Amino acid sequence: MRQPAIESSDDRPVKTRWVPHGITWFILRRVLLGIATLFIISLIVFGATQALPGDAARAILGREATPQKLAAVRKQLNLNRPVTDQYREWLGGIVTGDFGRSLANQLPVSSFLGNRIVNSGFLVLLSAVISIPLSLLIGSLGALWRDRPFDTVTSIINLALAALPEFVIGVGLILLFATSVFQFLPAVSLISPDTPVWEELEFIVLPALTLILAVTPYISRIMRGSMIEVLESDYVEMARLKGLRERLVISRHALPNGIIPAIQVTALQLAYLAGGVVVIEFVFTFPGIGQALVDAVAKRDLPIIQSLSMLIAGVYVVLNLLADVATILISPRLRTSLR
Amino acid sequence: MLEVENLRVELTYSSADIVDEISFHIVAGEVLGLVGESGSGKSTIGLALLGHQRRGARVAGGEVRLEGDNILTWSPGRLRKLRGGVVSYVPQDPSASLNPALRIGKQLEETLEAHAYGGSSKARHDRIDEMMSEVLLPADREFLQRYPHQLSGGQLQRVALAMAFACRPKVIVLDEPTTALDVTTQSHVLGTVRDLCVAHGVAALYVTHDLAVVASVADRLAVMYAGRMVELGPKEQLFKSAAHPYTKRLIQAVPDISGRFELVGIPGRAPPPGHRPEGCFFAPRCEFADDKARREFPGVTHVSESHQVRCWHAEEVFAEAARARGLRKDGSGRDEQDKGLLAVRGLQAYYRSRHVLHDVNIEVWPRQCVAVVGESGSGKTTLARCVVGLHREFSGEVLLRSKALETSARSRDQQSRRQIQYIFQSPYSSLNPRKTIGQIIAQPLRLFSDLGRRDAEARTIEALERVSLSGAYLSRYPDQLSGGERQRVAIARALAAQPSLLVCDEVTSALDVSVQAAIVELLGELQRDLGLGLLFITHNLALIRTIAQEVAVMADGRIVEAGPVASVLDSPQADYTKKLLSDTPSLTTA
Amino acid sequence: MTDQRTDVDGMSEAPVEPVSSPPPTRRSKRSPLAMTMARALRLGRTKVGLALVTVLVAVAAFGPLLAPESTTAFVGPPYQPPGEGAVMGTDFLGRDTLSRFLAGGRSVLILSLLATVLGLIAGVAIGLIAAYSRGSMDDVIMRSMDIVLAFPQIVFVLLLVSTIGPKLWLLVLTVAATHAPRVARLARGAALEVVERDFVKAAEVLGEPRWRILLSEILPNITSPLMVEASLRLTYSIGLVAAISFLGFGLQPPAADWGLMINENRVGLTVQPWPVALPTLAIALLTIGTNLIADGLARALIGVDRGTAEA
Repeated sequence: MRQPAIESSDDRPVKTRWVPHGITWFILRRVLLGIATLFIISLIVFGATQALPGDAARAILGREATPQKLAAVRKQLNLNRPVTDQYREWLGGIVTGDFGRSLANQLPVSSFLGNRIVNSGFLVLLSAVISIPLSLLIGSLGALWRDRPFDTVTSIINLALAALPEFVIGVGLILLFATSVFQFLPAVSLISPDTPVWEELEFIVLPALTLILAVTPYISRIMRGSMIEVLESDYVEMARLKGLRERLVISRHALPNGIIPAIQVTALQLAYLAGGVVVIEFVFTFPGIGQALVDAVAKRDLPIIQSLSMLIAGVYVVLNLLADVATILISPRLRTSLR
Repeated sequence: MLEVENLRVELTYSSADIVDEISFHIVAGEVLGLVGESGSGKSTIGLALLGHQRRGARVAGGEVRLEGDNILTWSPGRLRKLRGGVVSYVPQDPSASLNPALRIGKQLEETLEAHAYGGSSKARHDRIDEMMSEVLLPADREFLQRYPHQLSGGQLQRVALAMAFACRPKVIVLDEPTTALDVTTQSHVLGTVRDLCVAHGVAALYVTHDLAVVASVADRLAVMYAGRMVELGPKEQLFKSAAHPYTKRLIQAVPDISGRFELVGIPGRAPPPGHRPEGCFFAPRCEFADDKARREFPGVTHVSESHQVRCWHAEEVFAEAARARGLRKDGSGRDEQDKGLLAVRGLQAYYRSRHVLHDVNIEVWPRQCVAVVGESGSGKTTLARCVVGLHREFSGEVLLRSKALETSARSRDQQSRRQIQYIFQSPYSSLNPRKTIGQIIAQPLRLFSDLGRRDAEARTIEALERVSLSGAYLSRYPDQLSGGERQRVAIARALAAQPSLLVCDEVTSALDVSVQAAIVELLGELQRDLGLGLLFITHNLALIRTIAQEVAVMADGRIVEAGPVASVLDSPQADYTKKLLSDTPSLTTA
Repeated sequence: MTDQRTDVDGMSEAPVEPVSSPPPTRRSKRSPLAMTMARALRLGRTKVGLALVTVLVAVAAFGPLLAPESTTAFVGPPYQPPGEGAVMGTDFLGRDTLSRFLAGGRSVLILSLLATVLGLIAGVAIGLIAAYSRGSMDDVIMRSMDIVLAFPQIVFVLLLVSTIGPKLWLLVLTVAATHAPRVARLARGAALEVVERDFVKAAEVLGEPRWRILLSEILPNITSPLMVEASLRLTYSIGLVAAISFLGFGLQPPAADWGLMINENRVGLTVQPWPVALPTLAIALLTIGTNLIADGLARALIGVDRGTAEA
């Protein structure tokens, strides 16, 4: 005769009430970690630009170094002070919003870059809004229709696009659209840096298209891979063996689990876009921060280089943080195991 | 109720058959046990009853008739309604078969929804309440809101059972549902299965490799070998006098908790799909094999009305099996003159900040096997790892021939390291897949001796032969060997160091029953011939009768009872030991 | 944190045997490494990739010997379309496009190969040490890697170029430095899985020294994902090196370099596309080739790990 279950080794205490506390604490820790990372990044950025041995002012001015100009640069960048003081001044400025002045045109960095940041932001956002849903869709369909024509064709295209450096995609598009084949899209942006880009939308089409083509293959490949793994999992098989409709099996069992790896990749790709934007803006002379960075490097305009590097690295750190937090929130197992 | 006729399932890629000529039936309220070792195709048959196959396999012939209707011809839509509603499935590993992102209440509900059971949401909730109480689980909101990872293995399996019985199916296929569970939990779950089947008049197919488990739950047994059904009949008859040599040998390979019978393994291994011989598949390993058996696969012979078998020598086998099993030889005990080999005193071990072993004391003498028995979480593996120096967070003494050992293997001197050797549980993980067998066995030789190449090779071959493998294995890679062969290589590697103590950590748990017996035989031989001391860790109580002289029973990091095997198992003192013994399924007590 | 495993496309070719627990035994006698390469070579995509790479490496390596003109000589007016004197026309200064194209691959190839090899060695070493040390050492190492990872590769390179200048050795080192953490992440992930396996513990029981365990037990078992990663890294190296040259921070004029050529001749694209089109096509085909090889290896790997097909 069976006894009622004693369940001594069976029962596991469930800390359902701890969940909010655990997550807030986790997020807090991640944010602190992110801030620490940014701090160290600032050290690297500063160290790479201003703290290297040798005469920074001379390196910047190069052949144009007259004694007056050298003195001016040294004054502007505080190069005569000890390194630690320089760093503190600079960091203090960054934190309070004073990014210094551009060496090339003496404009305050914030106003000089202001509109450019908006332009680049718009470009990245537009590309993200199109490429993310598109790639999730392509990836899922590729897994569902595995090895059929749709999947084979998209896999090959993805393979090719993933390999190409972004500037090759950009230049390739120009070769295609602006020269012989279709002549309707401009190859080079002729808008001034101060016009918000949405007033002249045709100049954003090609850069955005390049970004989309650069990013979509990665996300869709990961999505496809993880969906395939999920579709072959025991619990999806079990759902089918329970007699659930296929549509329900996919929507309730496969997708929610399959999408988790894709989230992390998406965040990474967005961060990658922040970097890719540099080269692509240069290709299309798009008036954004990428173009500004390349120009600044060519002219050794330190304040601009420093500010933009911090900005881009900062975006990376924030996106990584969001990715980690999103993954935790979506996965119940991780969510409930936080103490 | 359910009838299978001439079922054939093939590999899609190569058309080699996985199973063929499978015919049997199950009536309502009956449990048919489908027994077989790995590769026998038993899971494949189970899935076929739901009209389903895994990727890479497909049904190529035969019929599966449910109340006369062949479900293999049904449309996908009809099959979908069948699954979960009329024929249900209980999976082997519920922790993998339940969606980790969905609450279990929802997963129970959706089965009922998919088959439009009840007709209203309230009716479905009532049914869930009903089912949960039948499987002895709480049905309150808090419990149903949990996610799968918040339940234990036993609870998960009960949820799976509840899901399977929810829509009042006519047939249930259970695919090794207790393999991942503790003995205690297992016996609860088996009891639940039995009661539910009887109460609901369900026809059940219980697929398993564990004869002892199936003995306690099934009415009839079907034995699978290499994709064919070689024997089918009432349970008692098969156990008393099997008519197929494989069944007979299989029963002899199952450890007997009463300890009266000897454990005998089956040499060789079962042929996988595509590599099966011409005649009877079992002939290469069979003592009754003759030319006819090697040429032609046997047809069906009826030993009695309900007992059928496929063997040319069925009558002989039947008659012989009616005689008694060989009685077990007594294991060798220690010699009075031997000095103690291993002594563990006052061992306290920790894992991070948790105190996992409490005041453990054990002694092992040369030529003696001490078994350490416990369920998962009892600390037995931690004990083994402390002895060998893999687990460093411990205090207390580990003495090798009265000399205290350091906590970490690396800090120990060469002699101490050489004398204690360790055999791991999983032969699939304990051999480096990138090295040849020769290189693997030569590793201790390189570390502990200064032999030249030729001498080293000679010693390697010696070690291989000691475990009944030939020198031909030297240049092979681990993934070319079967599980049993790999475990032998692991033992050979240990022997190459010429140790005095072997620590065996669940060394047979990952192996098939027949292979298990062979390894245990081998270890017994080594103990006798080489004078080795053995520290044998296991969860299988029945096994220790065959191999050990002393036993220590562990629970929650403590030794609850220790002493000679016979006295502990025949007259246990501790409550825990008594419970463990009563929960262990056995062929004879079924 | 994210795990950068190379994506699993899933195996469509070999069958999955529906047998339960133990992995099936394989019959072939080849070493696991040889088996992976053989399986990879059987795939169409690997063959195409290998062909592409071979052709382009040949062009890059032997190109300068076959160039009809010198790379700096003026053979006609700027942006002249293909015709007499210049088979593929002239570039923005009037030099022979074809000769400059043939000579321009070497730099890209050598720089990217160097950067890849350096990055791989550094990354594997770091990843292995992190995985085997575990605990706080692992944390420290991986956090430092995370810092470098916070910079998009190209921004990191630009940052250093801005002060030190467009030196080639700097290019190689910075690209290698951006590869190292990514490789380290992968190596660590793969090694962590191996470190848990019993044969590593068996070596510890025997008392093997740590360095020996790393080199002879762990490293050989991560070669498969490493091979894939190596070819991926090469793909990205080529892209990065070409991009940096394109931006003007690699080889300086009047050197012949594919990346530089694309930028120099962009303005006259509509009139004379060839000085841009040729190097663009070459870089594209080269990177596609290496990526195909990477993909072929990744697919071959999945089958080997599952132990399904025979070699």
